[in-house]
Amino acid sequence: MDPQSLKELNAAKRARKAVILLTEIETGRDRLVLESDTVSGELGEAIAKAFGDGKSRMLEIDGSEYFLNVHIPAPRIVVIGAVHISQALAQIAKTAGYDLEVIDPRTAFATPERFQGVSLHADWPETVLKAHPLDAFTALVAVTHDPKIDDFPIKAALESNCFYVGALGSRKTHAKRLERLAASGVASAELDRICAPIGLDIGASSPQEIAIAIMAEIIGAFRKRSLKMGDSSEVVAS
Amino acid sequence: MTAAFQKLGDELAVAEAWMLVGKEVVVATVVETWGSAPRPVGSHLVIDQDGNFEGSVSGGCVEGSVITDAMDVLKSGEPKMLEFGVADETAWQVGLSCGGKIRVYLERIG
Repeated sequence: MDPQSLKELNAAKRARKAVILLTEIETGRDRLVLESDTVSGELGEAIAKAFGDGKSRMLEIDGSEYFLNVHIPAPRIVVIGAVHISQALAQIAKTAGYDLEVIDPRTAFATPERFQGVSLHADWPETVLKAHPLDAFTALVAVTHDPKIDDFPIKAALESNCFYVGALGSRKTHAKRLERLAASGVASAELDRICAPIGLDIGASSPQEIAIAIMAEIIGAFRKRSLKMGDSSEVVAS
Repeated sequence: MTAAFQKLGDELAVAEAWMLVGKEVVVATVVETWGSAPRPVGSHLVIDQDGNFEGSVSGGCVEGSVITDAMDVLKSGEPKMLEFGVADETAWQVGLSCGGKIRVYLERIG
């Protein structure tokens, strides 16, 4: 293993970037491949697939064996709003293996008693996100209904290319939200990425059911992440 | 743990730290598994020249053998592929009691 590859790999993991270490078995030569790198041919296809499903694997091309070690950051969920839905979502996310944290400046909602064992920030999203920035492997769930609290993180999530951006609210509430975000300079293609009404349409009614619908939508967004990335690059190209 | 985004241990961070203090290090990686292998593909065991190690490539069944081979790789600098499983004739000495089969790739850093 090339010492430089090892250093770059560890740095990428610390920065929560998806990377693949590609090793030629016979020689031991390796190189680090970023998700944004373009690799052509059969190898490129295998790399794209591996970034998509996150599975490390052996590969044989033209009689040479390669090992692709895929390092995908653990997906996490940032919830804006320490509400009833968030309490249920915290439990479900844990079961599904997703890290979760809750941000709400309203100290009446954001109490440790209501969120035992959950990473909780009783502060404004502006402040918290400055210290813990969003990234492509983060899902943002905005559930306060309050523009003063929700709008900033939604905009930040779109800018940070979060794999999922969901916002609670009726169609009417969401229409007003889109107007505000458009007025603040968010492009309409970006606005289309917001999932609203939030959650898969399973007719969810209780906070627990809504949490399940949100979790299912997040899982879908994460697992289909590479497909969507393929789509968007086609749009840019055409 | 089947999740593709399994939380990665920091064996490679350990390997880097060892490298930076001038130790010679071998990285062992599970590159293929068949059947009920205990550790998923991509798992690491890192070994230094004194036989100190971090991480795992199995549930403890074959680590001893991997560490012995790592010493050869350390000297020669040539990467090496190891295979363990019940089909192996050494199964009764060093093997996977779970009935699985794994391939482990050993390489020296630098």
